[in-house]
Amino acid sequence: MRLTRQRRILIPLAAAGAVGLALTGCAGGGQNEAPEEIEGVDLSGTTLEIASDWSGAEQENFEKVLDLFEETTGATVNYTSLGNNIATVLGTQLEGGNPPDVAVLPQPGLLRQLAADGNIVALEGDALSAVEDNFSQDWIDLGSVDGDVYGVWFKGSNKSTVWYNADIYDEAGAEPPEDWDGFLEQLQLIADAGYYGISVGGDVGWPLTDWFENVYLRSAGPEMYDQLSNHEIPWTDPSVTEALQLLSDLWSNEQLTQPGAGQRTFPDTVIEVFGDDPTAGTVYEGDFLAGNISANTNSVVGENALFYDFPAINDSGPSVVGGGNAAVAFNDDEGTMALMQFLASPEAAEVWVQAGGFTSPNQNVDTSLYPDDTSRQIAEALVGAETFRFDMSDLAPSAFGGTEGGGEWQILLDFINNPTDVAGTQQALEAAAASAWAQ
Amino acid sequence: MSVTPAAPIEREGDRTTGRPPRSPAGRRRLLVAIAFLAPALILLGALVVYPVIYTVWRSFYSASGGEFVGGENFVTMFTDPSTFQAIRNNFIWVVVAPIACTALGLVFAVLLDKIKWATAFKLIIFMPMAISMLAAGVIFRTVFQENPNIGVVNAAIVAVQDVFGDSSAYPGARERPETGVTSAEGAISGENPVAVGETQNFPLIGIRQGDVPDTARQAEEAPSAQRGEITGTVWLDVVRGGGGTNGQIDEGKQGLPGVTVQAIDASGEVAATAETQPNGTYELTGLQDGEYTVILPAANFTATVGGVSWLGPSLINFVVIASYIWIWAGFAMIMIASGLSALDRSLQEAARVDGANEWQVFRRITAPLLMPVIIVVFVTLIINVLKIFDLVYVIPPGESKPAANVIAVEMWNVSFGGGNNQGLGSALAILLLVLVLPSMIINVRRFRQERQR
Repeated sequence: MRLTRQRRILIPLAAAGAVGLALTGCAGGGQNEAPEEIEGVDLSGTTLEIASDWSGAEQENFEKVLDLFEETTGATVNYTSLGNNIATVLGTQLEGGNPPDVAVLPQPGLLRQLAADGNIVALEGDALSAVEDNFSQDWIDLGSVDGDVYGVWFKGSNKSTVWYNADIYDEAGAEPPEDWDGFLEQLQLIADAGYYGISVGGDVGWPLTDWFENVYLRSAGPEMYDQLSNHEIPWTDPSVTEALQLLSDLWSNEQLTQPGAGQRTFPDTVIEVFGDDPTAGTVYEGDFLAGNISANTNSVVGENALFYDFPAINDSGPSVVGGGNAAVAFNDDEGTMALMQFLASPEAAEVWVQAGGFTSPNQNVDTSLYPDDTSRQIAEALVGAETFRFDMSDLAPSAFGGTEGGGEWQILLDFINNPTDVAGTQQALEAAAASAWAQ
Repeated sequence: MSVTPAAPIEREGDRTTGRPPRSPAGRRRLLVAIAFLAPALILLGALVVYPVIYTVWRSFYSASGGEFVGGENFVTMFTDPSTFQAIRNNFIWVVVAPIACTALGLVFAVLLDKIKWATAFKLIIFMPMAISMLAAGVIFRTVFQENPNIGVVNAAIVAVQDVFGDSSAYPGARERPETGVTSAEGAISGENPVAVGETQNFPLIGIRQGDVPDTARQAEEAPSAQRGEITGTVWLDVVRGGGGTNGQIDEGKQGLPGVTVQAIDASGEVAATAETQPNGTYELTGLQDGEYTVILPAANFTATVGGVSWLGPSLINFVVIASYIWIWAGFAMIMIASGLSALDRSLQEAARVDGANEWQVFRRITAPLLMPVIIVVFVTLIINVLKIFDLVYVIPPGESKPAANVIAVEMWNVSFGGGNNQGLGSALAILLLVLVLPSMIINVRRFRQERQR
């Protein structure tokens, strides 16, 4: 979440909206075929409003997706970027009785709140069957409230990617590992070769929450993950002890983990691994790390900057921690539902897939359309995962999961400075969680 | 939060208008007075009085604002460890920063009063004031980075230490575990003493292939030891690209030339010294019969000293306060210098004629005459320091944020930075206001006294 926020540049709304109907068939969008199911739908004269937080290049690409819908159905779709304050702006629009027909939300929490308040409608009929055909159960559950499906997860992100400098791995004779023990063995090989195994950047704390979530999802399993996400089990639970102990063993080993994590920013870790004078072989963070490699180093993603999936723990199946953007409908008009059905189709996602910078959670998207091997590999890990879970700290109250200098961020920073204090860390986490959930 | 202008304006209004006049002319004068005061009063009311009252009211309510919680927020403020740390840090700031700034400003002003090119020096010292606090924070964060390649302070320290310290050939190298070699205090040695005529090998790791000298060759077994000799090989026990057996001299493993090897006898004395060849072999010669421990002294492996962790929790307050002083000493200097230029020089001259030395002139004449200016500078700095935000927000890295916390930053974090508890945030704002008030009152009093003089 944080990184995408920094990456985006707010540009004024394209005032023209989507007037240029058939004219925008450029840049590959025109070759795409619309899904057969909506081929016969005639929406001439219908105008639909759709809003999300995408702006800039993401907005352009999303408008290409919408163009395909307009060409097929004859409807006019106006896109509005609501910027980073999407929750506030939507709330104001709802109070004024003028919400968009469809909104694409960055957080499941907002979706649940809108559903609980009765502001969005559950999917039925063709739209519902399109979701059921194209998405795995984890993604459907993530967009559901009380058994009703509300969300179409149009965009996804994969935060279970471990990035490595292939030159250093080659020099040390290390290979992408299968599981946690293999992971530690490979890091030891890199340490033997004179580099730190992995560079960890505490930054203000958020990268450490992603670390914990990946380890916890694998060591404790998805059911426990859900319970901890909702604070139904305390942070003093033995399953948390196990996950923190695994991290403690890695982070307290000064050969495997580069010391000084508490003061290192996330972009600095990328430079430690992929810069001109690398000191470490590996760095963990989500798929957006590829952007940092391209922007801040001379390494090339796909050549000497590669990634492997976060290693399995306790024989866990392929699991991914990530994020995503879900489309929700504010009414059940024919046009709105046709648009939701369209967004759930692989054809809609493939328009943006070809444009790049996009990962679709839709399992029927043709992955050969991704523009390069790395983005294809990221997407295959995302849709191929047996288990997908949303970033836990993004689901928590922000006092716990999103505050600089406090909550989970700071407690995990203290933990990486003093990785032996597992019990004290758990007590601090539980105290912070209890007070945040009590608010 | 500044309420300084309000008090004197209102009081002055009281004094000049006195009781409401009854004559038509007097009434018109009152109307005119109200018309002139109205814009200021409306602005002050909307921007200062109303927010202060609302903040007080808000501080008695819960995080969501729906529930009246009485004084709970104020109790939390002093019991919660992170807010308490912020209050304690504010106290350190108030004690250290204004005194240091004023003292430095006074020294600069008095010294620069006596030299040529004073304006140029003043300009340089004053220049940090022209930089935004945020930018200054970014600069200082970089200057004090722990990595000597980034932080200039540590780069200087490391450079000085490098001049006086010996640089070793293989910094950071360590022994391959479980190969009969051990390490203690930086030196690597054989686990057990070996008898003369035997061999002691040293498989080492932790050295990059690129850091091995160009002279190095494929490692070889040392020739078997002759009479009075101990031989062996020191090699990099890592094959480029992986492979090989740990602890064995395989194809692709390089010898490490230039490593000092010593034989230590039972009494701890060095009995023989040798240096390794390009293929890593060494021969310790001229030994009496007996057992010796073969060691590679620590000097072979001392890593270059790293920088000081300036931005760590223990030194962070020092760094932030120092950067504040860097910026504000210039302000103090300019204020005091302007006071100095307005001084009646004849008093100083008279004292010098009477035989006072420079220190006495400063103590007895200059400093007392400057006192009013110094106090204004000092009190202004106290107010400024209590409200410090930007530097503390920018400079500390993640791990030091709690250690560097101050009330204004805590107020921001608690209410807007993710905490979403504007009840507690309001309580902190009230605390800040209460802390600033005494200095405000002192300043207002001084202004009035000076007007009466």
